Amino acid sequence: MKRNWSKLVVLLAFLGAPVSSRAGSFEPATIRNCTWCHGTGAQGYTVAPRLAGQRALYIESQLRGYAAHFRDNPLSKQYMWSAAANVGSGTARDLAEYLESLPPKTAGDGDHALASRGEAIFLQGIPEANIVACQACHGPSGQGVREIPRLGGMSYFYLKRRLREWGQGYHSTPGSPMPIVAGSLGPAEIEALASYLSFVR
Amino acid sequence: MSVIGAHSALRAAILAVVLSAGPGASRADELQAKLTYCKTCHGLSGQGYHGYYTMPRLAGQQPDYIENQLRAFIEHRRKNEIMANVAHVLSPSMVAALAHHFRELNPPPLDGGGRGDTALGRHIFEEGLPESNVPACSACHGQDAKGQDQIPRLAGQLPDYIYSKLVNWASERGQNKSMPDSSAVMGPTSHNLTKSQISAVAAYVAGLR
Repeated sequence: MKRNWSKLVVLLAFLGAPVSSRAGSFEPATIRNCTWCHGTGAQGYTVAPRLAGQRALYIESQLRGYAAHFRDNPLSKQYMWSAAANVGSGTARDLAEYLESLPPKTAGDGDHALASRGEAIFLQGIPEANIVACQACHGPSGQGVREIPRLGGMSYFYLKRRLREWGQGYHSTPGSPMPIVAGSLGPAEIEALASYLSFVR
Repeated sequence: MSVIGAHSALRAAILAVVLSAGPGASRADELQAKLTYCKTCHGLSGQGYHGYYTMPRLAGQQPDYIENQLRAFIEHRRKNEIMANVAHVLSPSMVAALAHHFRELNPPPLDGGGRGDTALGRHIFEEGLPESNVPACSACHGQDAKGQDQIPRLAGQLPDYIYSKLVNWASERGQNKSMPDSSAVMGPTSHNLTKSQISAVAAYVAGLR
């Protein structure tokens, strides 16, 4: 592996530890900032989503989106615009690849009773209501691919908020079909999907 | 009931009548909603899209081909659970309207087409490979790869879609033994092409407009 993850591991794992001069081109303060909200294991915490196991290309694209002020939902503005402002493309790539390599945990904080309804929507969509099958893009286990994010095991609260924000007109990724998708989902479908995905491994 | 209350009740009643009495308008709305649904996965211009699965280009596709494939999903001649669900709820008139719409679209190939040995691809497309018993693709799909009737347009199709269809032909097409269909035509050809030859043909046709 030509990129040295061990440096990042050290930086992410030991909050406040003296920063080695070997960190070179990384911006250590910025990287340490990740753990304050996303947790030292990058498993997410309250409003900050799990980054462990997230697709590297997705993380990179979102960091670019924050820096360009394109991703514009309230929490992004409040936290991520400044957090991503000084992350260079090389650092973003190293960070993203490191985070993708971490094994994700499963939030499991959704409503069990809604999970089977959510699974049906995720795998089959609701063709009568013009709701597409999420798995076509996000994969059968919500594992994501390339710039398309992993959804499996993310927290119910995060997924629900993001789906609502797409429908409210906030932006995240240029050219994404998600505004159309979210516009087709009612509150009940969002509850079911967010619940189901929170249990997916 | 107050005058204002009576007024708004009346307006609501009129609105309800107007909404339910506009079959023309609602059919157009229905078509538009369904098109938006299709394009969510197949690209906002019907140019195809790379999700977890590769969603093929529908723009410029032959209407007869689209109709036949949608029926194939329902009849389990073609194996694809997601598309079987999609096709299941479409009325024949909706299918015809969708197919007609996509026929008229002509966006440029997604990502500018394919990369690879397009010279070999062009050779196979135009001349075939007699030594491997592979006929020229152009013989059926046309010199311009636009297809005809049930024979699909290949021009501008996503190269990884073409690759995966040809590599998996025997396990995805003609799957209902009691309903043999025209997909059998491609069986021997897909079998006789090597993977690198398939890649070359896919790269070539992907760049055609």
